[in-house]
Amino acid sequence: MTATAELMDYADVVARFDPVLGLEVHVELSTATKMFCGCANVFGGEPNSRVCPTCLGLPGALPVVNGKAVESAIRIGLALNCQIAEWCRFARKNYFYPDMPKNFQTSQYDEPIAYDGYLDVVLEDGEIFRVGIERAHMEEDTGKSLHVGGATGRIHGAEHSLLDYNRAGVPLIEIVTKPIVGAGERAPEVARAYVTALRDLLRALDVSDVRMDQGSLRCDANVSLMPKGAEEFGTRSETKNVNSLRSVERAVRYEMCRQGAVLAAGGTVVQETRHFDEATGSTSSGRRKETAEDYRYFPEPDLVPIAPAREWVEQLRTTLPELPWERRRRAQEEWGLSDAELRDLVNAGALELVAETVEAGAAPGEARSWWVSYLAQQANVRGVELGDLEITPAQVARVIALVAEGTLTNKLARQVVDGVLDGEGEPDEVVEKRGLKVVSDDSALLAAIDEALAANADVAEKIRSGKVAAAGAIVGAVMKATKGQADAKRVRELVLERCGQG
Amino acid sequence: MGDLTRLTAAELAAKVHSREVSAVEVAQAHLDRIAAVDGRVHAFLHVDAEGALAAARAVDEALDSGEAPASPLAGVPLALKDVFATRDMPTTCGSKILDGWVPPYDATVTRRLREAGVVILGKTNMDEFAMGSSTENSAYGPTRNPWDLDRIPGGSGGGSSAALAAFEAPLAIGTDTGGSIRQPGAVTGTVGAKPTYGGVSRYGLVAFSSSLDQGGPCGRTVLDTALLHEVIAGHDPLDSTSIDAPVPPVVAAAREGAAGDLTGVRVGVVREFAGEGYQPGVLAAFHAAVEQLRALGAEIVEVSCPHFTYALPAYYLIAPSECSSNLARFDAMRYGLRVGDDGSRSAEDVMALTREAGFGPEVKRRIMIGTYALSSGYYDAYYGQAQKVRTLISRDFAAAFERVDVLVSPTTPTTAFRIGERVDDPMAMYLSDLCTIPANLAGNAAMSVPCGLAEEDGLPVGLQIMAPAMRDHRMYRVAAAYEVARDAGAGRFADRAPELGA
Repeated sequence: MTATAELMDYADVVARFDPVLGLEVHVELSTATKMFCGCANVFGGEPNSRVCPTCLGLPGALPVVNGKAVESAIRIGLALNCQIAEWCRFARKNYFYPDMPKNFQTSQYDEPIAYDGYLDVVLEDGEIFRVGIERAHMEEDTGKSLHVGGATGRIHGAEHSLLDYNRAGVPLIEIVTKPIVGAGERAPEVARAYVTALRDLLRALDVSDVRMDQGSLRCDANVSLMPKGAEEFGTRSETKNVNSLRSVERAVRYEMCRQGAVLAAGGTVVQETRHFDEATGSTSSGRRKETAEDYRYFPEPDLVPIAPAREWVEQLRTTLPELPWERRRRAQEEWGLSDAELRDLVNAGALELVAETVEAGAAPGEARSWWVSYLAQQANVRGVELGDLEITPAQVARVIALVAEGTLTNKLARQVVDGVLDGEGEPDEVVEKRGLKVVSDDSALLAAIDEALAANADVAEKIRSGKVAAAGAIVGAVMKATKGQADAKRVRELVLERCGQG
Repeated sequence: MGDLTRLTAAELAAKVHSREVSAVEVAQAHLDRIAAVDGRVHAFLHVDAEGALAAARAVDEALDSGEAPASPLAGVPLALKDVFATRDMPTTCGSKILDGWVPPYDATVTRRLREAGVVILGKTNMDEFAMGSSTENSAYGPTRNPWDLDRIPGGSGGGSSAALAAFEAPLAIGTDTGGSIRQPGAVTGTVGAKPTYGGVSRYGLVAFSSSLDQGGPCGRTVLDTALLHEVIAGHDPLDSTSIDAPVPPVVAAAREGAAGDLTGVRVGVVREFAGEGYQPGVLAAFHAAVEQLRALGAEIVEVSCPHFTYALPAYYLIAPSECSSNLARFDAMRYGLRVGDDGSRSAEDVMALTREAGFGPEVKRRIMIGTYALSSGYYDAYYGQAQKVRTLISRDFAAAFERVDVLVSPTTPTTAFRIGERVDDPMAMYLSDLCTIPANLAGNAAMSVPCGLAEEDGLPVGLQIMAPAMRDHRMYRVAAAYEVARDAGAGRFADRAPELGA
C-alpha cells in the first residue's frame, strides 16, 4: 500500500529526540456473562450463537450492568493505585461500524470508574520505572468482521464481509497511561515491561485470561518524538494490532525510527492510525485522523449511574492478591536468589510458575531448575509461552517429588514430563503407562548384575582384583539391560559388593 | 346482548368473568367493528384476528375450567401501539425502515398483557418512531379523528386513541415522550395516562428518547385506564431505569374518586399555560372543569412554574439528541429495510442509501438536529443547557407540589386541527405539546381526561392533571371524581362522538 518507510538509525533517533509514549490496553474480562446481558462470555464458538436482543442491539432491547464486571473494574483500579469514582456514568460513543450492533458503543467518557494511578514496572536491569495511569474505564466489546476476498484480510479490497456478534457486549476495561516521558532510549523496553507487568497483575487478580493471541489483552501504542530538551509533544501516531509482548517493543522502536527519519528530513508526522505487521515488524498507514473523530459522547440514558459504596470498595481492597512485584521481592528473599537469577526467572516468565510449584511442595531450587531449563526448552520447541505449556505447577511438583523419593531418575523424570505435555495424563499415570519406574528391587538388579558379570568375565576379574574403575562397564551393561530404569549409583554399589569390593 | 363495543373494559371484564358472554364474542365484536370502520379511521397498521381469537379462546377455556381470571382485565381486547415488540406480529414503529420486521421477542408490556389474559387485537398507527403530534408522519398514511375524519387524532399515538374513540377497542397502549399519550387522548375525547418515568418497563419499547419515553394506558374511562395501568406497571429487572417499588394504587384511587368528593385536595392551576396561542373554547372548557373541581370540594390555587416556558426548546434538544443515537442502529446490517445491496456497494453506502430511503422527513430532521446538538463544541451550549433547564423544571414541580397535591392545565392549546394544516410548519406542530412536555422532562406522572367540547368547533378538550413521581394515584382520584361530575345526567362522554355509520 505504501512504499517502505525510511528509517533512522536507532542510536541517532535517541541522540536527537525524546520519545513520548501513550499506551492504551483493552482487557476482556473473564466474567461468566457479557457486560449488559445474560449471554455467555466465552471466546470463539459457532458464529452468532451467543447473542440475544440486547447484545444484538435489536430495537427495544435494553442493557443491564453486570455487577461482577464493575467489581473487576474496581479491583483493577485499586491494584493500579487509582482513585475509585464515588459516582460515575456510562456514556455512548457514537460512530457507525457494521460490527457494532447499535452503532454506538456503551463506554465511559468523562466519568471513568477509576482514575489517576500508577504502575511501577521493573526493567531488565532491575531499575524501576513508574508509569502513570490516566484512567481505567468500563465498556463493551464490538463484534468481529471477517473480510473475505481481499489480499490483506482488511476491509479495503475485500469482496464481502461476514459478521460475528458473539464478542459483541463482552466486558472490556480500557486502561490508559498518562504520557510516558523520560524513558529515552529505553522507551521500547518500558513499553514492553509495562504491558508485561499489567498482564501479570491482571492474571494475579484473576479477572481476565490476558491472552494476547486471542485478543483478550490488546495494546494500542501511541508514539511521538520531540527534539531533545523540547517540552511540547510532537504529533503522534497510534499503532494498532500489536498482538504480543515482543510486538509492543518492536512497534514502538519501529515508529521511533520511522518518525525520526520523517522529522530529520524536514517532514511532519501525520496523525493517523497505523497497523503493525508481525511478519515484517513494520507499521503501515491506516485511517487518517486529520480531525479528531467526533464521537458525540453523551451520558447513556438507558443505564443509571454507578455509585460504589465506600465500604464495598474497601472490602474489595482486601481481596487484592499479593502484587507480582511484591511477590518477586519476597521470592528472592525466601529462595535466596541473586538479582541475576531473579531477573532470569522473571524474563523467562517463570516466577509465578516456580512460586506455584514451590507452593505445591517442591524445593525452590528444583522448581526453578525445571522451569528455566527443561520446561523452557520444551516451550521453545513447541513454540508456546512457558505458561501455556500443558503442564501445571502441581504436576511439576509431583515429578520433583517422585525424583526425591527415588521412584524416578532425572532422566526418567524428563520422560514423565514429556508424557504429561503430550496429554498422557497425570505424572503417576504416565509412570504407570510408560513403565518408567526405577528398578529398585535389589534382587532384580542382582540378577542383571550376575548376568553382566558372567558375560564379561575378564572385567569381573579386574574388579575383584581391585580395579574398581572397571565397574563402570558392568554398570553400563546393567543400565542397558534395565532400559535405563535402574538407579546407576545403586547398581554400582551392588556390583562392587558382588565382587567383594563393598 | 347489545353492542359489546360500547361497553367499558370493566363492564366487559365483568360479563366475561361471569360467563355472560365469552371472550371470543367480545373479541369478534371488536374485530367486526374494526372491519366496518377502520377503512376510514386507519387506526390499525396490523390486525391479528387469528391471534386475538386464539387468545380469547384461551381465556374462555381457563374460565370454563374454573380458574380465576388471570387479571381484572382477562378477556378484554386491546389495541397495542406499534412501537412495542411483539413476537407474533410485525413491529414497524410507523416506519418503512422496519417494514415487515417481526421481533424475535416480546416487550415486557406485551408479555404482561398476555399473562393478564388481555386480548391483543393488533398494532396501531403512529407517527414514525413516535415523532409527531398528528400521526401524519406515519409512513403508512395518517389516522383520522373519529370526531371529524378530516382532522388529526393527535400523535404520536393517534392510532391508539382513535381506536378507542371509534369503539374499535376498549383499551389501548400508548407511549408518551412529550405528550404522545395525553395529546391524542385530549383531541379524541379519551383518557390517557403517562405513568411516572420508570413506572412501566421500557424493555421492548423501541426507543425514541430513552430518558423521556414512557409507556402507558389509554381507555375511554378513568377506571379502565387505571385497571390497565396496574396490569402493565411494576419493576422489571430488564430495564435499569425501572423503579423497584410497589405500583401506586391507581385502581383504588379511581374508585375512591368516583365517590365524587375532593374535599381536602389541593389543586394548582399552572399560570403559565394560558393566554396567547390558546383557543378560547379550550380555555373556557378548562376553566369550567376547574370550577367543577372546586364544586367537588377541591381547594383551587394558582401556581407559577416559571421555567415551564423553556420546556419546549429544551425538549427539542434532548429528544432529538437521544434519537440521533437510538436510531443509529437502523443500518440495514441485521434487520429491516436494505437498499442498494447489489454486490457493488460498500456497507457504508448501503447504510446511507437505506437510511435515506427508510426514514421520513421528520425523523431525518430530528436526527440532524440531535447530531448537531451533540457535536463537540456545541454540546455544552445545546445538550448541556437543555439538561440544566430540565433540572429547573423539576425544581418548579417540586416547589409546586409542596403547595398542592396535583397541578392542572389544558392538555393541548387547541382542539384537533385539520389534516395537512401544520405539516409544513414544524414549529406550529411542536406547539401541540407545549403543556405536556414539562412532565416528561421532570419524569413525574400526568394524564389527560376529556373536559367537554370547545364551543367554536364542537371538538373534545383535554384536562391535564399532573402528580408527583410515584403519586400517580392522586391524579386518578381527581380524574375519576371529575369524570363522574362531568357525565352526571349527560351520559358517557365518549358516546357523544358522531356515529361512524357502521
